[in-house]
Amino acid sequence: MVQDQISRFLRDKCDFSVFRSVLEGDEPYAEAVWRGLSEMGVQGSAISGDYGGVDAGYLTLCLAARELGAHLAPVPFSSSIYLAAEAISRYGSELQKETWLPKLAAGQVIGTLAVSESVLEPTSDSIATTFANGKLTGVKLIVPHGLVADVAIVLAKTDEGLSLVLTELENSKREKVDTVDPTMASATIEFSEVDAQVLGSAHDGWAAISDIYNRAAVLYAFEQIGGAEQALQMAVNYAKERFAFGRPIGSFQALKHMMADMYVALKLAESNCYYAAWALQNDTDDLDLAAATARVSATQAFQLCARDNIQVHGGMGFTWEFDCHLYYRRSNYLTLIIGGLSTWEDKLVYALPDVA
Amino acid sequence: MDFSDTKEEAAFREEVQGWIAENAPDYLFESLSTSGFGSTGTGDYDPLTEAKKWQKKKADAGWACIQWPKEYGGRGATPIESVIWGQEEGVYARLSGNFIIGQGMCAPTMMAFASEEHKQHYLPKLASGEEVWCQLFSEPHSGSDLAGLRTRAEKDGDDWVINGQKIWTSGAQHSDYGILITRTDPEVPKHRGLTMFFLDMKSEGIDIRPIKQSNGDSGFNEVYFDNVRIPDSQRLGGVGDGWKVALTTLMNERLAIGGSIATGFAEIKELVDELKIATGTAIDNPAVRSRLADWYAKSAGLKNTAARAISALSKGETPGPENSIGKLVAGGMMQDIAKFALDLQGLGGAIVDPEIQASSARLQGMLMRSPAVRIEGGTDQILRNIISERVLGLPEEMRADKGMPFSKIPKGG
Repeated sequence: MVQDQISRFLRDKCDFSVFRSVLEGDEPYAEAVWRGLSEMGVQGSAISGDYGGVDAGYLTLCLAARELGAHLAPVPFSSSIYLAAEAISRYGSELQKETWLPKLAAGQVIGTLAVSESVLEPTSDSIATTFANGKLTGVKLIVPHGLVADVAIVLAKTDEGLSLVLTELENSKREKVDTVDPTMASATIEFSEVDAQVLGSAHDGWAAISDIYNRAAVLYAFEQIGGAEQALQMAVNYAKERFAFGRPIGSFQALKHMMADMYVALKLAESNCYYAAWALQNDTDDLDLAAATARVSATQAFQLCARDNIQVHGGMGFTWEFDCHLYYRRSNYLTLIIGGLSTWEDKLVYALPDVA
Repeated sequence: MDFSDTKEEAAFREEVQGWIAENAPDYLFESLSTSGFGSTGTGDYDPLTEAKKWQKKKADAGWACIQWPKEYGGRGATPIESVIWGQEEGVYARLSGNFIIGQGMCAPTMMAFASEEHKQHYLPKLASGEEVWCQLFSEPHSGSDLAGLRTRAEKDGDDWVINGQKIWTSGAQHSDYGILITRTDPEVPKHRGLTMFFLDMKSEGIDIRPIKQSNGDSGFNEVYFDNVRIPDSQRLGGVGDGWKVALTTLMNERLAIGGSIATGFAEIKELVDELKIATGTAIDNPAVRSRLADWYAKSAGLKNTAARAISALSKGETPGPENSIGKLVAGGMMQDIAKFALDLQGLGGAIVDPEIQASSARLQGMLMRSPAVRIEGGTDQILRNIISERVLGLPEEMRADKGMPFSKIPKGG
């Protein structure tokens, strides 16, 4: 299985020392891991063979996402593949697809999606970045992997309303922005009259973002359950080894029951993720609902497991040295990346059929 | 895995739909659909009579207990077919309440441990609803600590003589048979001195008394045994092997309960779509939507977990202890939903009169019944122990009675 291969590779080449070297600022992302993933063709999993992908389908990409999430891989995979490549595949012109997808699939180029402009959740009328006469102007306050991306899909205002536009980042000013998870290589990007082009033909940019987010939600949810599972496993392992009051702390019901609840949250999320993966693979009518459901429960599961993993570890869990905060950081960043939990709760409810 | 019907499954579903449309008691549709929570509404008709009629009709056409082998009254259907049947039987399945314990828990135990002759004799009538069975496990002094049970069975010739008391026995008052776990040896550690039997519930010396529950209903009973005789041929499993036999029943119990359990989501969704609160329609309030999303994600998670368990079953794998999550999630959720629903209504939410309250006061019924869901068939706490020990591999509970002969265990009051 591809999943086993990815898992083995990440276990060998992407342990927490790699994460820490990115966290502590030695390098913006784990380049060797990124290259290794390209060699296995992971970036191209769900990209069509016509554009340099391996056409293995979304189920394969979901399983890859789970492994990347489990290892907290500090690579720009999600921004480049779930966001940029998806946006280009679904909205790009033939020429844009031919130009960018093979490079994204091969990991030669890193892409991202730039939406947020302030510390508020973006809305359809809050976007101030403008695109006119082939030029893009404005500031995107926080762009995931913006520090290392070569190309960005940008949500901008045009005379006809919001639109997605594509721009290369070499001439734009970017600056690192500090976040709860520095391994996500977030940047503030300033566009001052840089060249850009509409992604594909004229479209409703806000609807396009929503569509891209719905699909990405399934993939992020798989990263989240991968992380949740590892955080739970870390808690269980520690609780078996650590003794207090003459017995392993894992024999106390207060902790056992906490970990049972972590397992329950994970199991529910995992089942919802499998359903959503099937919906994504088959492009079913209820994809919106399935994606929001997977996203809500996976967000809950990862946040709970990362939080209570620290609790099980006690004081040691709050040290820089122990790895608990790595899950805590990633879980909180992933919660927000395509809209926070309350945004997805709303999407879920609005996607419910009238008769439940 | 695949979540849609294959061609064979779609054809089977069509056959089921056809038979149900032709044969179901549609004169009960309205009253069954509007049943209060936890009750079987059959209007002017007697619920047990109607339940037996529908079960017999299904059995005669080969639609009862369809997953059982044909020689025991089933259809030899696959697990997937059984799920499809359940989905299509829909509201008429509410008639089967009296048979769930017998068919879902006693029958698998009988299939695993009874003699071939007994299986051929008893199982078909259990499938067809002609005979109702109950399960005699819990005792006043042993609920969560089931293996601490005290009901004695003593050998006398070819018979065993039973003395003691069981409690929380659903449907004992209209049962024909029951499976019974007893203590046959108090001088060995508690799990090793147990033996399982099945018995005729009309035997001399059995006294059945209904328990009035805190919600006012009486679904459970106390059952007293005063020198009740059971032939040794009705022993299930070896003498002293009762715990092993009981685990078979309990594993099926968690499946039977977890697979079909209500969560209250449909009821709360229906309510908030229409209900007016101070800020407008309830669903337009963000706090309401947030709760609703959480509950939907949980109920979908249970449904999709069950689908995965069924898929595993159909590949020949055994359902594991991970299925304990069903009742654990649904019980607490139901209680939260009911509390939230009443809260949105203000004081009017306190009214339990089905003539006044929306949806026949189902949510109010849920409020009053849900405490039991978190206790029956394994408390929330026991289920969390099972998950943490048997799924996560955490250390077992420290047991003060470990290795001690049953007779030496401190019994408190």
